[in-house]
Amino acid sequence: MSDQTRTGEVQAKPDPSSIGEIEARLQRRRIQREKSERISAIVYPALVMVALIGAWEAASRVFGVPQFLLPPPTVVAASMHEHANLLIKESLLTSAEIGLGFLLSIVVGVPLAFAIFLWPPFARAVYPLLIASQAVPKVAVAPLFLVWFGFGLLPKVLIAFLIAFFPVVINTAIGLASIEREKVYLAQSMGLGPMATFFKIRLPNALPSIFAGLKISITLAVVGAVVGEFVGGQGGLGHLLLVANGSMDTALLFGGIVALTFLGVVFFGIIAVVERMVLPPHAISAATGARESM
Amino acid sequence: MELAVAPPMDSGQVRAGGELADSYLDVRDLTKIYATRDGVVRALDRVSLTAKRGEFLSILGPSGCGKSTLLMIAAGLIPGSSGEIRIAGQKIDRPRTDIGIVFQSPVLLEWRTALGNVMLQAEARKMEHKAALKRARELLASVGLSDFENKYPHELSGGMRQRVSICRSLIHSPDQLLMDEPFGALDSLTRDQLVLDLQQLWMKQRMTVLFITHSVAEAVFLSDRVVVMSPRPGRIDRVIEIDLPRPRTLAMRESPEFADYSRQIMELFLARGVLNEHPGGKAE
Repeated sequence: MSDQTRTGEVQAKPDPSSIGEIEARLQRRRIQREKSERISAIVYPALVMVALIGAWEAASRVFGVPQFLLPPPTVVAASMHEHANLLIKESLLTSAEIGLGFLLSIVVGVPLAFAIFLWPPFARAVYPLLIASQAVPKVAVAPLFLVWFGFGLLPKVLIAFLIAFFPVVINTAIGLASIEREKVYLAQSMGLGPMATFFKIRLPNALPSIFAGLKISITLAVVGAVVGEFVGGQGGLGHLLLVANGSMDTALLFGGIVALTFLGVVFFGIIAVVERMVLPPHAISAATGARESM
Repeated sequence: MELAVAPPMDSGQVRAGGELADSYLDVRDLTKIYATRDGVVRALDRVSLTAKRGEFLSILGPSGCGKSTLLMIAAGLIPGSSGEIRIAGQKIDRPRTDIGIVFQSPVLLEWRTALGNVMLQAEARKMEHKAALKRARELLASVGLSDFENKYPHELSGGMRQRVSICRSLIHSPDQLLMDEPFGALDSLTRDQLVLDLQQLWMKQRMTVLFITHSVAEAVFLSDRVVVMSPRPGRIDRVIEIDLPRPRTLAMRESPEFADYSRQIMELFLARGVLNEHPGGKAE
């Protein structure tokens, strides 16, 4: 009993130099742990990726899977190399459709959300229509758009827009509406007018939610552009997929899928970078946690 | 034990402060009714009170006595159902902009730094930037936040956030400071510090303060007068003048005078059933 007490006293009064050592050691350990976490966040997925591709390569060769069913990765890579110019050309066209459809979603969606928020009768009138527009299967509308707008760029952009604008509208409207009452009271007591309140407080308050909507929207825009090209394409990666499919060139088909995936990741990355520039860091993590699940 | 306390007085018989010629805040027969799905709720029932310019007035009462509602109406943010509030003779019928307001939560903008949040008030009022910046820094320094000017709200503790909120409410030197249970969400040590900070700010600036609280100690410590409210429907029960020298110190809370004020209020709460003792240790 008395022994324990004595040990306790000894521990309670260590000499300052050793405390400093402990601090330094713990700090070093923390920095090391953070570093290894950062590295493993890149290395682990890369390893899994390499392992999967390796397994695919091995399996398709060992089991002699016909190449029109499942070409091994090396063959896909060779095909992509061979058709590099074609892939780049079609990617650019599809990118233009995705980009324009996405921009149109913002240009139409954000003001629409503003109107829904600022003018309740308008919200009541438009909401059911908005929901209904999402109930219509967009793929089914695609042929109609071809009849109306021909085979050029426009119908693809419109289909991409039609699929992509809904999350923009909804997330913007929800972001604007979800504000603490006290923030509005505060603005009133500071003599801020409705316009200034909107731009100084409501809109920045809604930005995390808006960006969550934009991230969903950009991935949908990719889907929309490809659907448009499937139905009435004379070019673009969607058209390339159909052609490759028709000529049983499965390696090129895979190449098109890889290119499309790459496009989707790049577009998503662009939005994420812009978000990072616009929002303070903690808001991004909060948004990815809470709002993106919607 | 019978407590010698008079029943709550009715329909504006109590006029806190009486008919003062120099009254700044003048509340007359203010009633607030909420029409809810479950029927009507009388939040305030013919409340009348006055406050002098420069006075520190606390409204003390249990949850649901309508004290926050009173503050919101005094700020012009929500309308009363009947009766009126005048500020310097002027009837309030729209949100007031001559005030500083502090809520229970700090209500800071997450995308602005501590300094940026204080400056929001200055920007909204189009104050001269340089002078406002200097004053914002002074205010933050006076509550010990000099080193935290450039921190974002999520990097600050709860007490620090509320201090930023108080600085924001004072940068434009408002005539009146309205505080709605500003320290209610803080731990007791932080609360003591902020009470001291607030007293110091008030003694320097001498703005009229309307302070809503459910803490007896806070109310007695800070106030010139304490308005004790009775619950549901919210009425003024008693107005207690606190005659203690300033600046008040934490040690003063242990003084017999302080204890006497606290006891008066406690007895009111006991008599109204806000607090219930279990005599003879029979509590299970």
